[in-house]
Amino acid sequence: MSYLAKPKFHHPNLPRNDLGLTRRDYEGSMSTLCAGCGHDSVSAAIVEACFELNLPAHKVAKMSGIGCSSKTPTYFLSKSHGFNSVHGRMPSIATGANVANNELKYIGVSGDGDTASIGFGQFAHAVRRQVDMLYIVENNGTYGLTKGQFSATNDRESVGRKGQENAFECIDLAAMAIQLGASFVGRGFSGDKDQLVPMIKAAISHKGFAFIDVISPCVTFNNHVGSTKSFEFVRDNEHTVTATDYVPTKEEIKIEYETGTTIDVMLHDDSHVRLRKLDADYNPSDATAAMQHIMRYQEQGEIATGLLYLNVNDTELKEKMHLVDAPLNALPFSQLCPGADDLEKINNSLR
Amino acid sequence: MKINDFVIKFANVNGSGSASANSLFAKAVFRMGVPVAPKNIFPSNIQGLPTWFEVRVNGNGFLGRREGIDVMVAMNPQSWADDLASIVPGGYLLYDSTFIREIERDDIKTIGVPLTKLCNERFTVPRERQLFKNVAYVGALTALLDMDFEVVKGMVSEQFKGKEKLIEPNIDALELGRQYSLQHFDCPLDVRVQASDAVGDQILMEGNAAVGLGCVYAGATVAAWYPITPSTSVAEAFDMYCHKLRVDKETGKKKFAVIQAEDELAAIGMVIGANWNGARAFTATSGPGISLMSEFLGLAYFAEVPVVLVNIQRGGPSTGMPTRTQQSDITACAYASHGDTKHVLLFPSNPSEAFDFAMESFDLAERLQTPIILMSDLDLGMNEWTTRPLKIDETKEWDRGKVLDAEELDNVEKFGRYLDVDGDGIPYRTYPGTHPDKGAFFTRGTSHNEYAGYTEDGSVNVRVMERLLKKFNTAKTLVPEPVFGQSTQSSTMGLVYFGTTDIAIPETMNLLKSKGIQLDTMRIRAFPFCEDVVNFINDHEQVFLVEQNRDGQMRSLLITECEIDPAKIVPILNYDGFPITATCIADMVSNLLGKQMSGADAGNFAAE
Repeated sequence: MSYLAKPKFHHPNLPRNDLGLTRRDYEGSMSTLCAGCGHDSVSAAIVEACFELNLPAHKVAKMSGIGCSSKTPTYFLSKSHGFNSVHGRMPSIATGANVANNELKYIGVSGDGDTASIGFGQFAHAVRRQVDMLYIVENNGTYGLTKGQFSATNDRESVGRKGQENAFECIDLAAMAIQLGASFVGRGFSGDKDQLVPMIKAAISHKGFAFIDVISPCVTFNNHVGSTKSFEFVRDNEHTVTATDYVPTKEEIKIEYETGTTIDVMLHDDSHVRLRKLDADYNPSDATAAMQHIMRYQEQGEIATGLLYLNVNDTELKEKMHLVDAPLNALPFSQLCPGADDLEKINNSLR
Repeated sequence: MKINDFVIKFANVNGSGSASANSLFAKAVFRMGVPVAPKNIFPSNIQGLPTWFEVRVNGNGFLGRREGIDVMVAMNPQSWADDLASIVPGGYLLYDSTFIREIERDDIKTIGVPLTKLCNERFTVPRERQLFKNVAYVGALTALLDMDFEVVKGMVSEQFKGKEKLIEPNIDALELGRQYSLQHFDCPLDVRVQASDAVGDQILMEGNAAVGLGCVYAGATVAAWYPITPSTSVAEAFDMYCHKLRVDKETGKKKFAVIQAEDELAAIGMVIGANWNGARAFTATSGPGISLMSEFLGLAYFAEVPVVLVNIQRGGPSTGMPTRTQQSDITACAYASHGDTKHVLLFPSNPSEAFDFAMESFDLAERLQTPIILMSDLDLGMNEWTTRPLKIDETKEWDRGKVLDAEELDNVEKFGRYLDVDGDGIPYRTYPGTHPDKGAFFTRGTSHNEYAGYTEDGSVNVRVMERLLKKFNTAKTLVPEPVFGQSTQSSTMGLVYFGTTDIAIPETMNLLKSKGIQLDTMRIRAFPFCEDVVNFINDHEQVFLVEQNRDGQMRSLLITECEIDPAKIVPILNYDGFPITATCIADMVSNLLGKQMSGADAGNFAAE
């Protein structure tokens, strides 16, 4: 990590977005992660995505659990409220926050230990409830803060730093998310910003549970030969099945692609996702087929990346619960307290 | 002659449909204006195991549990022997004489009504034959105990309003038992219910329903919970009342969210998330859930997020006795979670107070920005109590605590989430989304400075921890004060109790008085202990502390927190899972005094 404080001033001609804000306005405090950590690239991608989406930072809530990845919300969007909760429990905090006020955008950042092990249960239930949020797992297959133990997303037979082989099956969080009913599932690589930024933008615009599994190598504990989560291995074995273009509401879609190779999907805020199929057989709107595809790649030792599954027809938690339009946290006393007359009726019914 | 002063017990098979008939009986007595205390003594089972329903009828309002059954309605062959043994000499056994039963006691009076035979003759559907047996014994009791039959019939009509077809067979079943009894026995017996006005304007309500309703009135919009006996009906009551009172009439949409979580960890997590966002949110659980929620309670304590947690205590440890009552989570709740943590506890003693405290909990949680644990128990939660009507003060606004809005933030030079601006240990908070540039902070369970920034500086951590202690001291001035049984000190000895033990106290004092013992009483209603609690103990030479647990947990708390000499607090303990009785308390106290009185200091303990 660097320990030189970032100066607050910036070049006067930095590009500004529609809100008149620069990228610097979306940054957070200095990262304390190892130099070269994949997670810092993910933070940078989030900054870029929020900048490009013209998001007012105070209308975003950052949620996390415990671990290296869960520290990162400090490193972006300093004008947003953040909640660094306890290990594996971010999904429940995010669910409660979301039910109380779903006018905020929720960005949850978690790790493979935080999500695939201690928080597996909460993760599964946040997915199946369709909590309206972006849930990013910064997946490095290892426990970094406790110095390099295998995590549950580490591939079978992947080799640890000291030569030990992982004997256990790996949990593919993207496949799990599809199976559990997430309506937006992507996989990215922290080393591929061009792929990641539009995917994050689309995920934030998406209404419902959007999950992105970002392979984010741990430079200190899991970046050696034999590891299947190293920069080198991922670069060599990444197989992008769909390329995502995010088209904001006001922009017209100009580029034309050959028929049959692109899928246009309109999101709830009228923005578009344009998916270019790099793998002609891949169908991101068919959950079963998508899962089969992902698993086949995995069998071949490859990693399927891109927007893997998208379903804009499911409803999110608030709709499923038939809640009033106004956020629950904004309902006034007069609408919530039934008053003495109703209480007297209740008393009478109990006599 | 026992008029309006008896205990009747119904012994049934779980799942046989007896609950509604038994409730009908209890409510009918209540409708006749006579105070009742029904207690459902049920197994952790859906069908087949023995279950009991005990009703204490007492015109003086002594409604604590009382040992000794005056009338036993024995409908369960499995528990026959024990049921017979529990009848007081001279008491009555009402049983189904369709079957020949061996009655090995000659000091009780038996009333055999051929319930099965009567119902089989009258009804054809097997399930009806089964269910109406229960209604028929209620009918028999109306004759035997001289109850107002019109009241009972009226209740049946009320109960099945909208399902008129069911009224007639139910009344028929009542008549079957009633007419048989009138023809075969010398009705009424010398145990009787006599119409009275002792109930006054009181209501009959379960504590869990009162808590659920209190949460509605407090403006709670989010309830996240995981099913667990005996707290399940808190969330269910909240949901039920919200459906009646909180659905938008035009759109049919809900102004409340009830989330059945995947476990207790998630339940309290959701509550923390919702409260963090400025919605009033609560969860309800019982012992095992408290253990699971402890991690998050520590987070809420340290990150200072309001939480309302309702704990309906049951028999522990571990899974324990899920369908029995205890007050055995006091230590676990007071200090839930690792590290130096302390939580505010409230101890309601009846449904009306549970309603008040449920509302109060949200004000306290938001004022103090910390978890408030409402310590009810199974006896209070799952039984119907004769209790004063629920009231709200319509002039009173909710206390949402120290929350800065956008305008206030504009006037703050530098917002510090954990700064003690007012000197009471309570900082100011902001809701997410309030202001474009000011007031954002990072909520964290890691050690933090006054600006919510991560720190490993020990001196900063000490400062924050000491402020939290200051806040806890502020809590002492805000929580409900104790209730005293007397205005001025009248004895050198005191009796201290809390929660549902309260219902047994008037009778206890009566029993003690008859033995020439007079004690001053104090009912503790909250932790941390306010000054009055400590003063009461200091002002008496010795106090008895009644608790429904093994280890004297409240006693430990008093000794630890108030530095009271342990010798000064004598524990009176009962933890068999049944609500403590006045006899139990009075006997223990008088035995202890007897022993002590035989010593040199006898004078100290003599009552005035």
